[in-house]
Amino acid sequence: MGSEHAARLALAPSLVRARGLSKRFAQRQSFSRKEFLVDALTEVDLDLPSQCLTTLVGESGCGKSTLASCLAMLERPDRGEIWLEDRDLTRLSPRDQRKLRPNIQMVFQDSAGALNPRFSAAEIIMEPLEIQRQGTRKDLRARACDWMAEVGLSPDWADRRPLEFSGGQRQRLAIARAIALKPKLLILDESLSGLDLSTQAQILNLLLDLQAEHCLTCLLISHDLTLVGQVADFVLVMQQGRIVESGPRAEIFRRPQHPHTQQLLASSRVAESAFRAAAGGRS
Amino acid sequence: MKYLRRRAIHGVLLLFGVSVLCFLFSDLAPGSFFDEMKLNPQISPSTVAALRSQYGLDQPLALRYFLWMKSVARGDWGYSFAYNAPVRSLLVVRARNTMILTTTATLLAWLIAIPLGIWVADCAGRLQDRLAMAGTSVLLAVPELVLVLALLYWIVRTHALPVGGMASPNADSLALWAKLRDLAAHLVVPVATLVLASLPILLRHVRASIIEVLRAPFIQAARGHGIGRARLLFRYALPAAANPMISLFGLSIAGLLSGSLLVEVIMGWPGLGPLLLEASISRDIHVVVGAVMASTLFMILGSFLADVMLLVVDPRVRLD
Repeated sequence: MGSEHAARLALAPSLVRARGLSKRFAQRQSFSRKEFLVDALTEVDLDLPSQCLTTLVGESGCGKSTLASCLAMLERPDRGEIWLEDRDLTRLSPRDQRKLRPNIQMVFQDSAGALNPRFSAAEIIMEPLEIQRQGTRKDLRARACDWMAEVGLSPDWADRRPLEFSGGQRQRLAIARAIALKPKLLILDESLSGLDLSTQAQILNLLLDLQAEHCLTCLLISHDLTLVGQVADFVLVMQQGRIVESGPRAEIFRRPQHPHTQQLLASSRVAESAFRAAAGGRS
Repeated sequence: MKYLRRRAIHGVLLLFGVSVLCFLFSDLAPGSFFDEMKLNPQISPSTVAALRSQYGLDQPLALRYFLWMKSVARGDWGYSFAYNAPVRSLLVVRARNTMILTTTATLLAWLIAIPLGIWVADCAGRLQDRLAMAGTSVLLAVPELVLVLALLYWIVRTHALPVGGMASPNADSLALWAKLRDLAAHLVVPVATLVLASLPILLRHVRASIIEVLRAPFIQAARGHGIGRARLLFRYALPAAANPMISLFGLSIAGLLSGSLLVEVIMGWPGLGPLLLEASISRDIHVVVGAVMASTLFMILGSFLADVMLLVVDPRVRLD
């Protein structure tokens, strides 16, 4: 990584800033009226530098997906602010929220569940464009085919249904759908989990290409530091609903401060060599 | 085409099996249509015996079944001892009356259940949902009999609607439009009872399937694209939740002939219900068998219709 890149990182303004985000869920035990509260997010502050790839790592159940849902306006935080450039997303009317939604798109973990099984591949990519009324059906279909080509799927498959694709292909389709709206922020919530190592590497490479080409800001969420540590500009480490450490990747990897980060790094080193082999040396 | 042929063969085999069982069970039951005549001192035993042989009741079961099959092949579906007429002509009129009642009730119940269920699912956990669920629990717990009697009590007290039957005594002299209004007035109570009895089950099914679908990631994704609430619920959630509802709809079709027996008997609706009740009591066996066969036919048609609808609605369903 050159010094030019490091300088760009240092200067990058934040696209998204969150301050004091908290979210609490009430859960009820089965066959009982007793409720107990789970703090999914506690006073989370975060900055996503513009046009950079930030990864959010942490073990399962630490609140990563809740944070992603709050950022994507799918959950409302109990407290705190989320600023997208100069607008606070938590104070928007539903109407304004709908207008701003194309700016933040999400790719989910379960690609089979995230794509409407009744729609064809082309319809899936057309869906957000249709919802946002961005053209006639014919025009949108042509654009959908272009997006398919861009994510490495043959436009000949435009009429196939999601279940006729492999897991990796489905995830490509989900990425095409997410970037069709030309978002500023793309959130990938564990989108690489469940794929084999070489497919993960391919999707990651695709993501990096798309990021460069479309000037995307990406938030890549994972429980696996090995995988995402290779490509991230910034790393956020989360534990039990709090962000315990954040900073540029090199710094975190070289001098991890928090014991949880050290633990994650130690466990990730074991698998790192295998990933390097599969990724074909890209870093 | 191959699929249709297979389903048709299955249907015919099922009808055959049901008819055999009907004959076997009716033969196991004691007595026959003419047994009551034996108690009447004015009818001599020889007359009864002559009647029995005239209607073939003195023949062995297999032969009676064969004769019945012959009559089915002729299109008569057996012969009613009580009405002295072929069963088909009896059933057709009665089934038509029943269908008027049940089709109206079923359509109305679904037309209420779908939008209401979607709305309740959309506010799951909130006050509206809790009220609706409490309401359905009450309706589920109240037997159909109590419902119809309560409504009957209400119209008797208020004279708001005609009590019982299908048409007013002067109905024949009315013009078409007035006739229809008369029929509608007679329909209100039995239809309301049937709707109230079936609504809780339909509503709960619709609600449960919509709630499940609303949790699906692709619905979350659509929300993330900025989809409107109505479009999300009706264009995305409803088709995705349709499969269990379609299966239930097939059962609704199956119940078109048999679902309203009790209400018909109480309200004096001249449908299959009273006919079947009388026929069972007097052992007018061919009428009973005919009614059971007609119900089975609707069951087969209902499940076939549901399968075809699934095939049309869900691209994942294949014929093989």
